[in-house]
Amino acid sequence: MSRKTLVDAIVNGEPTEFLCEPRQSLLECLRDVLELTGSKEGCLTGDCGACTVMIDGRAVCSCLVFGPEVQGKRITTVEGLADATRLHALQQQFLEHASLQCGICTPGFLMSAKALLERNPNPTEPEIRYALAGNLCRCTGYDKIVRAVTDAAKTLREEGHDRAAARS
Amino acid sequence: MAAATNNGHFKVIGTRPIRHDGIDKVMGRAKYGADYAFPGMLHGKLLRSPHAHARIKSINLTKALALPGVKAIITGKDLPKAENKLEQSGEMTVNPYYLSMNILAHDKVLYDGHAIAAVAATNPHIAEEAVRLIEVEYEVLPPVMTVDAAMKPGAPILLHDLRNKEEGNKETNVAQHHQFKRGDIEAGFKSADFIIEREFNTAMVHQGYIEPHNAVGIYNTDGQATIYCSTQGAFDVRSLSAQVLGIAVGKIKVVPAEIGGGFGGKTTIYLEPLSVLLSKMTGAPVKLVMTRGEVLRATGPTSGSKIKVKMGATKDGTIVAAQVWMAYEAGAYPGSPVGAGAMCIIAPYTIENLQIDGYDVVVNRPKTAAYRAPGATNAAFASETIIDELADKCGMDPLDFRLKNGVKEGSAQVVGPPFKRIGFVETCEAIKNSEHYKSKLTGKNRGRGVATGFWFNAGMQSSATVNIHTDGTASVVTGSTDIGGSRAAMAMITAEVLGLPVTDVRPLVADTDSIGHTDVTGGSRVTFATGMAVYEAAQDAIKQLTERAAKVWEIKPDQIEFRDGAFHSKAGDKPPMAIKELAKRLARTGGPITGRASVNARGVGPGFAATLVDVEVDPDTAKVKLLRCTIAQDAGRAIHPSYVEGQMQGGTAQGLGWALNEEYFYDDKGTLRNTGLLDYRMPTCLDLPMIETIIVEVPNPGHPLGVRGVGEVSIVPPPAAVANAIFHAVGIRMMETPMSPPKLMKEMLKKRAAENAQSAAAD
Amino acid sequence: MLPDGAGPIRSGSGFFPMPTAIIPALLRKLTAGRERVAVKGGTVREIVADLERQFPGLANHLLDAGEIKPSIAISIDGEIVPGGVLEPVGENSEVHFLPALSGGA
Repeated sequence: MSRKTLVDAIVNGEPTEFLCEPRQSLLECLRDVLELTGSKEGCLTGDCGACTVMIDGRAVCSCLVFGPEVQGKRITTVEGLADATRLHALQQQFLEHASLQCGICTPGFLMSAKALLERNPNPTEPEIRYALAGNLCRCTGYDKIVRAVTDAAKTLREEGHDRAAARS
Repeated sequence: MAAATNNGHFKVIGTRPIRHDGIDKVMGRAKYGADYAFPGMLHGKLLRSPHAHARIKSINLTKALALPGVKAIITGKDLPKAENKLEQSGEMTVNPYYLSMNILAHDKVLYDGHAIAAVAATNPHIAEEAVRLIEVEYEVLPPVMTVDAAMKPGAPILLHDLRNKEEGNKETNVAQHHQFKRGDIEAGFKSADFIIEREFNTAMVHQGYIEPHNAVGIYNTDGQATIYCSTQGAFDVRSLSAQVLGIAVGKIKVVPAEIGGGFGGKTTIYLEPLSVLLSKMTGAPVKLVMTRGEVLRATGPTSGSKIKVKMGATKDGTIVAAQVWMAYEAGAYPGSPVGAGAMCIIAPYTIENLQIDGYDVVVNRPKTAAYRAPGATNAAFASETIIDELADKCGMDPLDFRLKNGVKEGSAQVVGPPFKRIGFVETCEAIKNSEHYKSKLTGKNRGRGVATGFWFNAGMQSSATVNIHTDGTASVVTGSTDIGGSRAAMAMITAEVLGLPVTDVRPLVADTDSIGHTDVTGGSRVTFATGMAVYEAAQDAIKQLTERAAKVWEIKPDQIEFRDGAFHSKAGDKPPMAIKELAKRLARTGGPITGRASVNARGVGPGFAATLVDVEVDPDTAKVKLLRCTIAQDAGRAIHPSYVEGQMQGGTAQGLGWALNEEYFYDDKGTLRNTGLLDYRMPTCLDLPMIETIIVEVPNPGHPLGVRGVGEVSIVPPPAAVANAIFHAVGIRMMETPMSPPKLMKEMLKKRAAENAQSAAAD
Repeated sequence: MLPDGAGPIRSGSGFFPMPTAIIPALLRKLTAGRERVAVKGGTVREIVADLERQFPGLANHLLDAGEIKPSIAISIDGEIVPGGVLEPVGENSEVHFLPALSGGA
């Protein structure tokens, strides 16, 4: 066993310090050290996407990143998606569309979709499918997930317009 | 997407409310089995066999036990010897003797990945290191990987206590033979104008739930144990663990965590008793979580199979005879779903003359577990392909051919008894009338295929309580793991009966001490049977509430009528009293009210599905692209249409993966070579089109709300539908799953070579 | 013509309706190939006892320690019933012995 390292990062907007062994993945640090169990372990090989988080704005499988690698980075997990009084549009649309059955893949899908919508606010269906192809869902056949992301993009665009209109 | 179903006189049923457990799930708050942690908790890992078939000569734990941080190690010797006897457990039959040996090998390992020892240590990495330090000496035996190899005379024997009672008690790999027979098949085939006979092979496939198996066991010094785990059946975990551990059922409490998919694969136990035993030895809570590789190597996939079908029809399109031989891989211990496969294979059709023989065969692969309509998908792949060919021979539309021979109320089932009201005809007609079926498919290398499927559905035991809160809202408590939105359905049924808005009902899945016995979430039974218990429990609450209203009004209960969420005096002489009002007066009229019901549900209504797919085959790579897909399914009654559609779409996606990509790939030593999700290739978002759904509602007369259950049958038609579509695209009948590029390319090259030879000969 | 052995059958005083047991294909070697057998009894236990009386050795394939074997499901008039040997059987009922299922979704 090797000595633990102290890691400094911004987790869901909060400056956070945690101790981890060099062999511990970011996923393990989030779940077992920081008790943020929303990110799920499905494969530990980056194939299922259930552990997807955002690191400095990019969707990343947290099982493929070692804990010490996130020193100084900004991490967003599913726990950081909603604000105090309101769900994120993606979360709301996943509920409206019944896009989750068992729900284990949902946190990963939400994070991949958020990363997509931040770089492409108006994606086509093939673009959505391409962006979510690294996330496996075994319950839904993806139909309702793709629809939820499409509608969430629309909501976010409209909110963006409203905000822009309010400013002008 | 289908429109909302017709919900008739219902107020809540047939609507699409947001599921009650949804917010916790989209916020990452819902607790799945692997999310549980307790102070002082240890972590466990398992040593697994690298050999498919070997005798264990010795196990040396010395080095592993010496590693700092290792607290305990157990092997098969630490489990009590269980009785070799079939027992009922929920809807499954279980032999505790084999179950115990599957959980930890005793003297022989029977598949790559078979568990041999379990370690508990202060963290998972130390436990993993300790596993590598365990020394096992094996005598490697020849692996038996296919039903052909296992049934061959002189085949190596997996289980020496498995005997053929019909043939002089000889050792055998054939665990069971089922037979169904009716009419005179020879005469039947004699009367046929067309006879098609083919042999099909389907690959072993996994349920592929995204959440690996997990368990936290806590054993207290007073002999009481608690297990937290993600399971489809908490009561089954309790009874099976009790048997494997040799302790009383009443000493175990199972707390069902949220579950990340199961599809049948989480109806048995693997880790649960080990976590309890390790906890007993160490005095600490012990958590075990499988890796993906362990899930694929050592938890129950469903059977690969070999199926031979011969079917005959007359020119007018009447099927006159069918003969079926089917052998299913059980895995290392008996218990494939071949019996169900045999009863499903021609279930949608009335065929007077038939003989079906099914064989349950042990092979050096993981012990199979239930997978969504177990046994039926393999079977339909064979029969529905032949049906397509026969329709073609008779010059009939494939749906008309099915309708002509299709079962209706009163038609004899394969096993004899007549069907009650069923919706096979309505389901086929829904596809026939769909915009998709009426549309033209044009373009080279494109084809359209249709297939149907049957599943029994199940009843069994369920319990429910409905508690009326002091403000007139309610909670509904059941023991059925919610695997795909069933809590919402239970709340909706409660709300419908009580006349409350669905947001005023809180649904809860309770642990094994907090609700009456409830069988597994499986067999498409939750909305049917647990829904029946919930319906009756809510009615019981109404009955009690009516008595209280009678007290308040000082009249007789039979002078009161309950409708639209309020009590009315039949005489009309009192203003109606809403539940909310009455709820405030419960304390002074006799105390709290809990409606209760327990059922061993009768009146199961079978389900049918029909699936239509359009494909395009790439002539250079043989990759099959799915262009369009529609499924129609008889739900009986759709309580929450969105989640009914979800079951239809999810099962279809699994069936499409089964058709095109998924397979267990073993090398000649019997080692599984695709132990990760990159190589065990399940459909991604990019592989699938939108899956259009048509909910058919032919109410089940055996259920107060007409429910049949919708969880399973959608997986049955897709492989055959895809095979039929491929035929119509490129003229090749695929008789093997998966219809992956290498397999289809081989057939395409063969066909091209034959065509070239023919044109060369003509020149 | 009535199928082999199916009720109603003639008794001393006339026609009495009787339940019919349908023998699983692999057990018909014990019933001289007969598929449908008229049986006496108002419960599954009584019917199995009557089958054993008519075809000695048959009950052994259906019962284990007096209960229906876990590998067998009983269907009465087209419906799987949960009551085992205690299940009531109507006088015109058809009783089938089917392989028990495993399932899951």
